[in-house]
Amino acid sequence: MMSSEKSKSTVQTTGHSWDGDLQEFNNPLPNWWLWTFYATVVFAIVYWILYPAWPIGKDYTKGVMNEITYTTADGKTVTTHWNTRALLLKDMQQAREAQQQYLKDINASSYEQIRNDEEKSAFAYSMAKVLFADNCAACHQAGGNGKIGFYPNLLDDAWLWGGSFEKIQETITNGRHGAMPSFKGRLSEEQISDVAEYVLSLSGNEMDTAAVKRGRKVFTTDGGCTACHGADAKGQIFMGSANLTDKIWTIADVPGAESAADKKSAVMQVVTNGKQRTMPAWKGRLSDTEIKILTFYVHQLGSGK
Amino acid sequence: MNEPLYQKRIEIFPRSVKGRYRSLKTGILVLAYSVYFLLPWLRWDRAIGPDQAVLFDIEGRRFYIFDLVVHAQDIFWLAGLLVIAALLLFFVTGLAGRVFCGYFCFQTLWTDVFIFIERLVQGERNARIKLHKAPWSANKIVKMGLTHLLWLLVALATGLAFTLYWGDAPQLFMQMLKGEAPFAAYATTLFLTLTTYVMAGLAREQVCTYMCPYARFQAVMFDPDTLIVAYDEKRGEREKGRQKPSKGLMTEAQREEAGVGDCIDCGYCVQVCPTGIDIRNGLQYQCTSCALCIDACNTIMQSIKFKPGLVRYSSQHDLEGKKTNWFKGKNIGYFVVLLFTIAALVWSVANRSEVEMHVRQVRQPLSVTLSDGRVQNRYDIKINNKTSRAMRFNIRVTGIPDAELDMGRFREIKLPAEHSVKLIAKVRANPEAVSDSRTPISFIIESIGEKPEITLLQQNTFYVPEKQLKHAK
Repeated sequence: MMSSEKSKSTVQTTGHSWDGDLQEFNNPLPNWWLWTFYATVVFAIVYWILYPAWPIGKDYTKGVMNEITYTTADGKTVTTHWNTRALLLKDMQQAREAQQQYLKDINASSYEQIRNDEEKSAFAYSMAKVLFADNCAACHQAGGNGKIGFYPNLLDDAWLWGGSFEKIQETITNGRHGAMPSFKGRLSEEQISDVAEYVLSLSGNEMDTAAVKRGRKVFTTDGGCTACHGADAKGQIFMGSANLTDKIWTIADVPGAESAADKKSAVMQVVTNGKQRTMPAWKGRLSDTEIKILTFYVHQLGSGK
Repeated sequence: MNEPLYQKRIEIFPRSVKGRYRSLKTGILVLAYSVYFLLPWLRWDRAIGPDQAVLFDIEGRRFYIFDLVVHAQDIFWLAGLLVIAALLLFFVTGLAGRVFCGYFCFQTLWTDVFIFIERLVQGERNARIKLHKAPWSANKIVKMGLTHLLWLLVALATGLAFTLYWGDAPQLFMQMLKGEAPFAAYATTLFLTLTTYVMAGLAREQVCTYMCPYARFQAVMFDPDTLIVAYDEKRGEREKGRQKPSKGLMTEAQREEAGVGDCIDCGYCVQVCPTGIDIRNGLQYQCTSCALCIDACNTIMQSIKFKPGLVRYSSQHDLEGKKTNWFKGKNIGYFVVLLFTIAALVWSVANRSEVEMHVRQVRQPLSVTLSDGRVQNRYDIKINNKTSRAMRFNIRVTGIPDAELDMGRFREIKLPAEHSVKLIAKVRANPEAVSDSRTPISFIIESIGEKPEITLLQQNTFYVPEKQLKHAK
């Protein structure tokens, strides 16, 4: 305000003149700017001394007085010059150390003990979420709902291979192989159709009574379905055969079918072509503790048995 | 040829003054300092939590303000407080000008104290100017050094007092002495020490004139009825302007006769001004309305037996001889909104819940069919006990007939004092019991053995896939 009069006085220009009257002022840099610039120069030099900075041939300056020591997952102690990867590994080491006590507790506890201890179950639950996302979600989906026709839904209350802690642990450790054989050629088209009518009737669908009656006969005799699914069609845990009397469908997409005909053709499809499903074994890929934590998690997803 | 890019600061050496407004300002200063410096040391009885009356516990996510415990989720009260502060500023500024700047702003308060220290060591205005101009000598070094040392001590005390609000004061203080306190404590103290020293000791009025946005936008809220510190130009100048008192111009009557103003041009009002302006030049943006020039002028007027009030709190309308109108739409409007906001905040604080419940539906997947044909939805339930006593709750769900609520191992929910718990609730219902794919349901928790009983209700929806609805029909 006050100095506006003064600033009209002559200012040095660069000396060039364009189009006759255009000139460029040669104002000095403000001091605060200049000093900030010098400060950055000093900062850079200090940085070069302390941190990795200059490439020298195939090598580079490592920085002095700035070392990081960390222990790797397999117990080796490493000391290295400052770098962000070592920082991460040190963070990981600290995280591992922080988890150690909890993991020890989990290892020493039975499933019942974990379930009844608020702190242990909270730890198991949050760790399992990560383990599940890393290892299981690829097939069983992030929420554990699986994919009909391919991967079983872990959230419902049906357990093909058993829902006790011990059975679930066994399933994860050793894997499972579920085999529904193909009946193409072994049963006629009509027989397969009748079996499908019967199977659908088991879970409360209203079907053609005569066809159901014929289907039941195929189911128990020619088809030999009872060998796996049992005389009561409720499946058998030791071989992973499905309970056909409940409302849960894991392979034939009956709940997603638009019409009664679609439902039937979905079931017929499975009987005709069969289905092979494999749950891989996680022994060796996951530690015993990790399997224990996942077992606990899967058990509570489907409310256990 | 170096053209300066900005005007160099002209040092100001405010002269001291006694009077009504100086006493008022000193009173406010003493009160504000007592509260600020002593509050962290005040103890308070609580069933759970620290025994400090005011403690901002960042790590524990709780603010303790006497009997009020502010939890992280209550932090929106801070927004309410800021809205009230803003409205109060608008209201008061429209009415009475820069009252905040003149009496309450910490820049004003701390600068005041720093100037007091300066005067204590170096003497009154003239002595300070002389010392400033004098070449460096032992005397000057001692006086200047002592001034800056005392400034730094006050600044350090300021920084330390601020830090003590964020931890247990006696414990943190001892830790800081022993060098065991957390880094943040030292950093905060150092930062505030430096800023206090720089702002109140070195920058002073430049903070108000160049840095502070409030100073500038408060002027926008002025109108002709706003109280301002003003020089009565009509009376001070008359036709012939200011004159020193001389023979024949010794009384007001004589001066009026001669057409000479009542201002004797003593310059006292300029000498006391902490921003170095001359109030007789009219309203200026540098003026913080500290009112010290009023005290100065009244002192002189009194000593020469003139009527006081040549410089006074006045309004533009008042100076023009009109009436000041206090009750105008703007003022009333601000007042009403201000009252409303205060009422809303008080209501919100008074009716704060002791227990909170949040229910969130698990969306991955939304629903699952069970072996008996029922549909299951899952919900994350978080219950937070904000009280200082353990509580027990029953939980149930309503909205769908015969819906089953499965909380796993939980029969009743036990919550220790100041604890929260996260539960997964599974709700199972028969698709025949609902008519829509989205049915509203309510989770209800009821306290066990509490008087009065605490009941909380949270609404959510229960989802059944469209196909299963048709199937059920």
